[in-house]
Amino acid sequence: MSKVLLQVEDLRTFFFTRKGMVKAVDGISFHVDEGETFGLIGESACGKTVTALSIMRLLPEPAGQVVDGKIILDGVNLVELDKKEMRKYRGKVISMILQDPMTSLNPVFTVGDQIAEAVRLHQGLRDEQVTEEVISALKLLQIPAPEMRLRDYPFQLSGGMRQRVVGAIAMSCHPRLLIADEPTTALDATIQAQYIALFKDVQEKTNVSIIFITHDFGVVANMCHRVAVMYAGKILETATTREIFKEPKHPYTNALMQSVPRLDQKGGRLYSIKGQPPSLRDLPPGCRFFPRCPIAEDICQQQEPAEVEVTKGHFVSCWRVQ
Amino acid sequence: MLSIIPRIDEKPEKRYTGGLSRRTRITRKLTLIIPATILILMVIIAIFADLAWLGLPDVGLAPHDPDSGEITDRFLPPAFMEGGKTDYLLGTDRLGRDVLSRVIHGARISLSISMLVIFITAFIGTVLGIISGYLGGRLDGLIMRVTDMALSFPGILLALLLAVSLGPSYWTVVLALSLLGWAGYTRMVRGEALRLRESDFVAQARISGASSWRIMLKHIFPNTINSLIVMMTLSVGMMIIAESTLSYLGVGVTAPTASWGSMVSDGRSYLDTAWWMSFFPGVAIGLVVMSGNFLGDWIRDRLDPRLRQV
Repeated sequence: MSKVLLQVEDLRTFFFTRKGMVKAVDGISFHVDEGETFGLIGESACGKTVTALSIMRLLPEPAGQVVDGKIILDGVNLVELDKKEMRKYRGKVISMILQDPMTSLNPVFTVGDQIAEAVRLHQGLRDEQVTEEVISALKLLQIPAPEMRLRDYPFQLSGGMRQRVVGAIAMSCHPRLLIADEPTTALDATIQAQYIALFKDVQEKTNVSIIFITHDFGVVANMCHRVAVMYAGKILETATTREIFKEPKHPYTNALMQSVPRLDQKGGRLYSIKGQPPSLRDLPPGCRFFPRCPIAEDICQQQEPAEVEVTKGHFVSCWRVQ
Repeated sequence: MLSIIPRIDEKPEKRYTGGLSRRTRITRKLTLIIPATILILMVIIAIFADLAWLGLPDVGLAPHDPDSGEITDRFLPPAFMEGGKTDYLLGTDRLGRDVLSRVIHGARISLSISMLVIFITAFIGTVLGIISGYLGGRLDGLIMRVTDMALSFPGILLALLLAVSLGPSYWTVVLALSLLGWAGYTRMVRGEALRLRESDFVAQARISGASSWRIMLKHIFPNTINSLIVMMTLSVGMMIIAESTLSYLGVGVTAPTASWGSMVSDGRSYLDTAWWMSFFPGVAIGLVVMSGNFLGDWIRDRLDPRLRQV
């Protein structure tokens, strides 16, 4: 088994708002191995992005705070680092790609300048070396004619190309962990497939670990080695991609799978999960999925299920599975 | 035999025009050349009004001493009018001083005060605005309340207070105009900073490990320059007028020193008999203000990378 790079233990991130406390992430644990792609899948507002921001320590403070838990990256607990130390990690050890390539580049600087900024921040290099690094970052993301492109402004590039540039910025300092927050959502299907292939290639070349946040099972199947299914601030099931698709244990995972349209099945209405996710401000006691669960029992309403390992590396939190 | 198929090699060589007609391109160039020439000329005139700063007080562009005149030559019309003397190209004022010389010397005061004040206020306003908008929190509240105070405080009253306590002078005018002028910039820049703070590219910069100061300097500031330049060029006119108001109230540069504003107000009571007293300094103000606005537009277009290639 390969080495563990990131270990998240019982992470709790709450938002303290005027209307009350919002438990955006409520006790999640997972780990990411070196060179692995770990998928984080779930509906909107289930806490995927907040998990990512907690790891980056970029929560909108003071409203959002990590109240409990550990985020251990290579032996260092990121939660305990002060601001200055954390800044050295950002970009250099952990990096992140945001969802929308149209807005994540500064419109007034050239592509080259923006990649160079990240390089300069973390590596004490001379100008010629910076340019070299910038070009190699562009090459890594397979951007054609990098020497030309680095003089371009973001508006001159297409969406797919911009997202590659964003990837080049993220990879420019050779990070060990890359968090990709729905990087393919804003791209169309063809470009999406290209981008995923590109990610795999980048990972092969650099052995970077990736946390891939998405709500698209197709992307997960293509991209991830292991997956965690999040719901209302908790991870309900963690397993290898193969197992999740073959034998989803949790009723929520199951329901999600059924609501994906399939080419090989004909007819009928597409399955949808009834009801709405619970409000994170006012969670029901017991299992979070209980109000919408088709196989719920009495105990589900009373007590929260603990996480059990059904088979090796396959964790589920559900009373019916125990 | 005539061929209807055009031959490729006969295609006339065409320069890339960005899809614009010849006329549009010429107009665009003129909106740079004319205002830039006017402004540069004005600055040259101001510098070479006399060469006292080179130790040659008698040599210079101004044909006469701007501050003293022949009382027998008062109210002379410009040279091209009936009764005008060729010695006084633009006529004389009520003390027989040469209007042309006074306009030339007035350029020094009017241009330097307005430029100075604009740069001081824009600098203070930008720094405070970016800090206020980006860092937010209590500091933002404090800066904004002070800004509100500055915006609501009557400027003339403050200027008079300063004139009483410091005495009227060039620097009193600069101080009086700067003391309240920054507030408008702060308001505008803060708004921009608030908008930019939430943008993804700022988030991306934070992800790359940039510090708050770096983000303010490298990501927020360059994106506010467009609005800043527009505001600065627009305030050229306001500053010249404000300077003339203060001079009129006796806060500004003292008589007999000429400034365009004080010349306009001087001539006001003689408009029906000696219109040239106010007209020519007024033309000078108008030219500078308009050139400033045109140049500002041009610079704004240049700064937007999207329009740069057009």
